[in-house]
Amino acid sequence: MDMTRLTAVGLIQEYERKTLSCLDVARGYLDRAEKYGRLNVFVHLDGEAILSRARALDAKRASGAAMGRLAGVPVAIKDVLCVEGEPTTCGSKMLSNFRPPYSATVIERLLAEDAILVGKTNMDEFAMGSSTENSAYGPTRNPWDEERIPGGSSGGSAAAVAADLAPLSLGSDTGGSIRQPAAVCGIVGLKPTYGRVSRYGLIAFASSLDQIGPFAHDVADAALLLGVISGPDPRDATCVDAPVPDYLATLDEAPRALRIGIVREFFGAGLDPEVEAAVRAAIQVYEDAGATVREVSLPHSKYGVPAYYIVAPAECSSNLARYDGTIFGRRSADFSPRYPGEDKLPPIVRMMMASRAEGFGAEVKRRIMLGTFALSAGYADQYYNQALKARRLIRNDFDAAFHEVDVLVGPTSPTPAFKLGERAADPLAMYLSDVYTITANLAGIPGISIPCGLTKAGLPIGLQLLAPAFAEESLLRAARVFERAGDWHLKRPPLA
Amino acid sequence: MNYTLIIGLEVHVQLTTQSKMFARCGTEFGLPPNTQTDPVSLGLPGTLPVMNRRAFELALKTATALHAEIAPFTKWDRKNYYYPDLPKNYQISQYDLPFSRGGHLDIPVRKDGTGGGICRLTRVHLEEDTGKLTHGAGGYSEIDLNRAGIPLMEIVTEPDIRSAADARGCLEELRLVLRYLEVSDCEMQEGSLRCDANVNLHIETPHGAIATPIVEVKNLNSFRSVERALEYEAERQFRQWQEDGLTIKDAHKETRGWSDPEGVTKPQRRKETAADYRYFPEPDLVPVVVDDAWRARVKASIGELPAARRARFEADFGLTPYDANVLVEQGRDVADYFDAVVTKTSEYKLASNWIQQDILRIAKELKLTLTGFPVGPDELAELIGRVQRGELNTNQGREVLAKMVERGQSAEAIIEADGYKMVSDRGAIAAAVDAALAANPKAIEDLKKGKKPDAVKGFLRGQVMKQTGGKADPKVVLDLLDAKLAELASDG
Amino acid sequence: MTLTPEDVAQVALLARLRVSPAEVEMFTEQLTKIVGFVEQLNELDTSNVEPLAHGVEVFNVFREDKVEPALPRAAALANAPEHNDECFIVPVVIE
Ligand SMILES: [Mg+2]
Ligand SMILES: [Zn+2]
Repeated sequence: MDMTRLTAVGLIQEYERKTLSCLDVARGYLDRAEKYGRLNVFVHLDGEAILSRARALDAKRASGAAMGRLAGVPVAIKDVLCVEGEPTTCGSKMLSNFRPPYSATVIERLLAEDAILVGKTNMDEFAMGSSTENSAYGPTRNPWDEERIPGGSSGGSAAAVAADLAPLSLGSDTGGSIRQPAAVCGIVGLKPTYGRVSRYGLIAFASSLDQIGPFAHDVADAALLLGVISGPDPRDATCVDAPVPDYLATLDEAPRALRIGIVREFFGAGLDPEVEAAVRAAIQVYEDAGATVREVSLPHSKYGVPAYYIVAPAECSSNLARYDGTIFGRRSADFSPRYPGEDKLPPIVRMMMASRAEGFGAEVKRRIMLGTFALSAGYADQYYNQALKARRLIRNDFDAAFHEVDVLVGPTSPTPAFKLGERAADPLAMYLSDVYTITANLAGIPGISIPCGLTKAGLPIGLQLLAPAFAEESLLRAARVFERAGDWHLKRPPLA
Repeated sequence: MNYTLIIGLEVHVQLTTQSKMFARCGTEFGLPPNTQTDPVSLGLPGTLPVMNRRAFELALKTATALHAEIAPFTKWDRKNYYYPDLPKNYQISQYDLPFSRGGHLDIPVRKDGTGGGICRLTRVHLEEDTGKLTHGAGGYSEIDLNRAGIPLMEIVTEPDIRSAADARGCLEELRLVLRYLEVSDCEMQEGSLRCDANVNLHIETPHGAIATPIVEVKNLNSFRSVERALEYEAERQFRQWQEDGLTIKDAHKETRGWSDPEGVTKPQRRKETAADYRYFPEPDLVPVVVDDAWRARVKASIGELPAARRARFEADFGLTPYDANVLVEQGRDVADYFDAVVTKTSEYKLASNWIQQDILRIAKELKLTLTGFPVGPDELAELIGRVQRGELNTNQGREVLAKMVERGQSAEAIIEADGYKMVSDRGAIAAAVDAALAANPKAIEDLKKGKKPDAVKGFLRGQVMKQTGGKADPKVVLDLLDAKLAELASDG
Repeated sequence: MTLTPEDVAQVALLARLRVSPAEVEMFTEQLTKIVGFVEQLNELDTSNVEPLAHGVEVFNVFREDKVEPALPRAAALANAPEHNDECFIVPVVIE
């Protein structure tokens, strides 16, 4: 049996049957990670620490102690999450030497449930991007076609699961950064409701949009991991004090009279025909399963990307202000005046400017510039405040739609994985990769991408489902209805 | 030419919380550098602020006590600027929806009858403190982040203040109110009360009234420096205007720092090239909704404030405004002490005198507050009763009080042990008067020559007291001495 | 709107990013393009719309005023590019 082909749920069953030890599994995954090192999935992988954790868990089980819900399950971690004492780089040169003195709340929850952390995964720098090409540590490759991008910004975590380098992983989603890589890597990726999962220890990109969420091969595994990481946290004021249902236990209860809404605006220009065909076929599966399907409109959808590209950069310009070379992160060795006018600046200002110029990549700088501009005196009203009002209209659209339907469906990404470098030179084209995912972040609602097909060239296609805030339970059940009807979730990339 | 000084104050007050505003590390003053930080107060990547309930409630209490309007909905904003003492390079503050607006402070009339009135407030808001920078000699600066994130309440007054003395008076009264509320210890030396002043002049010229450019004066580290700096600044601005004629329309606000040793203000460099703070709503914190019930609870938690207390002391106990103010302005412990004493004696004036002249002097010498003072209000009232009934004279009363403090014993025990009984027996006192007169014939000569009779009488009275070991009832002594001297005069 | 190189240089200073003259030129072009794109938002009549700043609208989240242990000073200073035994060190800040 190849244990790296098991889902988390399957692996837990094997552990309970005592057919596998944690150490066997850890070794199996480490071997595989080494074999597929060329995918550049991990930016940090401490084999020794993983093996000793596995041994400790085997000992715990041998002692007869009650085991946690993720006992012995390897979980890969996007490098945007702080793990105490471990390198946490956020895909940036800025943090190449940063080791946080504390762990993110989700990390503590994983450890409390006896998970094995298997390395930090590659990502677009500070989670800004849709291709994982913006990493200071080189791009990650899509396991389905190594010349293509794995999506982003959580490309490493998506590729880790797709390539079976871990059965589960965590990513973060600010504008689609879980769902879009899940779609183009042929796996399940879930962005929870804003406030469902604590953000404490998640290195912020845009605080009002960021959420941590699971990647998995199937809906059951995603439900399992979501259940572990969800719930209120006294260290995150925006994490909502609402009970966490047992997502896994109720997963196979058929949703009563499922009402599906097809978002008219998600089928316009720019949608790849093969993607459209796969999504339309998926909708047929729902109809066949007895769901009521109707078309709904989210009239302000087209304002999602422009509103996002004000709100997210504005917040990022402030969140990333702390990286100035003073008390942590990179400091430039040479900040003597270089360009015209710099000689008039005090050394401390030049030090900050040079450190930030060296530490940040082009996309991060571009967004910091854009956000600083959008918040600056004289422009805040026209840009930032107008974007917040558009955000309200987008939310109102969803509220209205969810009066009529339980779940909205559409494509996750307008295209399958594109080629490495293909959109690197055109920021606007890159931003449109998230055209269908961004509005969920602006509205704060949960969304999931599940595999729903392959292109003729063998590239995965994702189906996105969206639900009202805190309706993850019905979102997962609706996803499971589709998953059960087919075998897309069982497909694996043809990795050599 | 006539000018009016226009002053508005911006006061930052450190709230008395155990932990920081948004972080869980402590707020103690004077610890070694960087021993009071945690990931949140260092602004480490991934950390999030969570609001300290007590900080918010102390601020609400203050604003309510200052008659401000409490906003039903308030939120947090980020004020973005780069400075090395600000770990996140933004300060969590309040911008367009502060938790309170308006309000005012009642300021008492000064001893000399000047000052007094109302100073209107613009707003009170909450924000977090920055760290501390020390500028080393070796071309570098040191950052200590112990203070970073300590809750600060910013109180902004309207430009209602018209003199340096009034500015000081306003700040002193504000400190008193804050101490009565127990929201801050208000130590200017420790930086828990900080004051900046915005100041300019309105000048009557033959061509109409003009205003000089506004100057923000910083680095005011004591009440005295507030007064001195503003007096200096008024003269400096007038001189400056006579030289350059610039008005508020011609120049931006200038920031100047007060140098106490030199007694001058000097221009300060500005932190930002252009003040563009790019405020926006803090996404990591949620708004606060204060409903009527909460407002009522806060209101009920506010005890009597200084202004009301002064008025009550005057009305209920017949104290002069001066006496009422002395008791109130010393702090709540003193006024509470007085209130407790006068539940046990109706000698209000005596009680006020004893507290002002004796209790406060002893407390100052021993560096004690009146909370838990070794002589409690009941015991002082009892002692005052003895003096009032003539069991002790005032001097004896003072001595007994001193011994009560020293030995921690009751007045009765000390009177018993040390034999403090006032001699009121007229026979014994008459004998002492005779003896004193016999021993001081020169005094009687002086009196006959017409030398100031009061001085001679005072001297003789002292001699009689000496004869009786200080125990004679001073009223009887005076009585008998007067009678005797009158006798001598008629004899002569 | 069209951003000028001067606008971009001012924004870069506000954002504390050292930019070369070539980068100023590049950002001027890219930001103008992106700003032009986001200006579609001005088509919307938002005169009666309340801004939405948060993903979820909840209120009154507090913690109690309890102290937890501070970080050991060595741990607080550990990630600093430069520090001495007590403090973070930066190039001199002229007041
Ligand atoms: Mg700073
Ligand atoms: Zn302030």
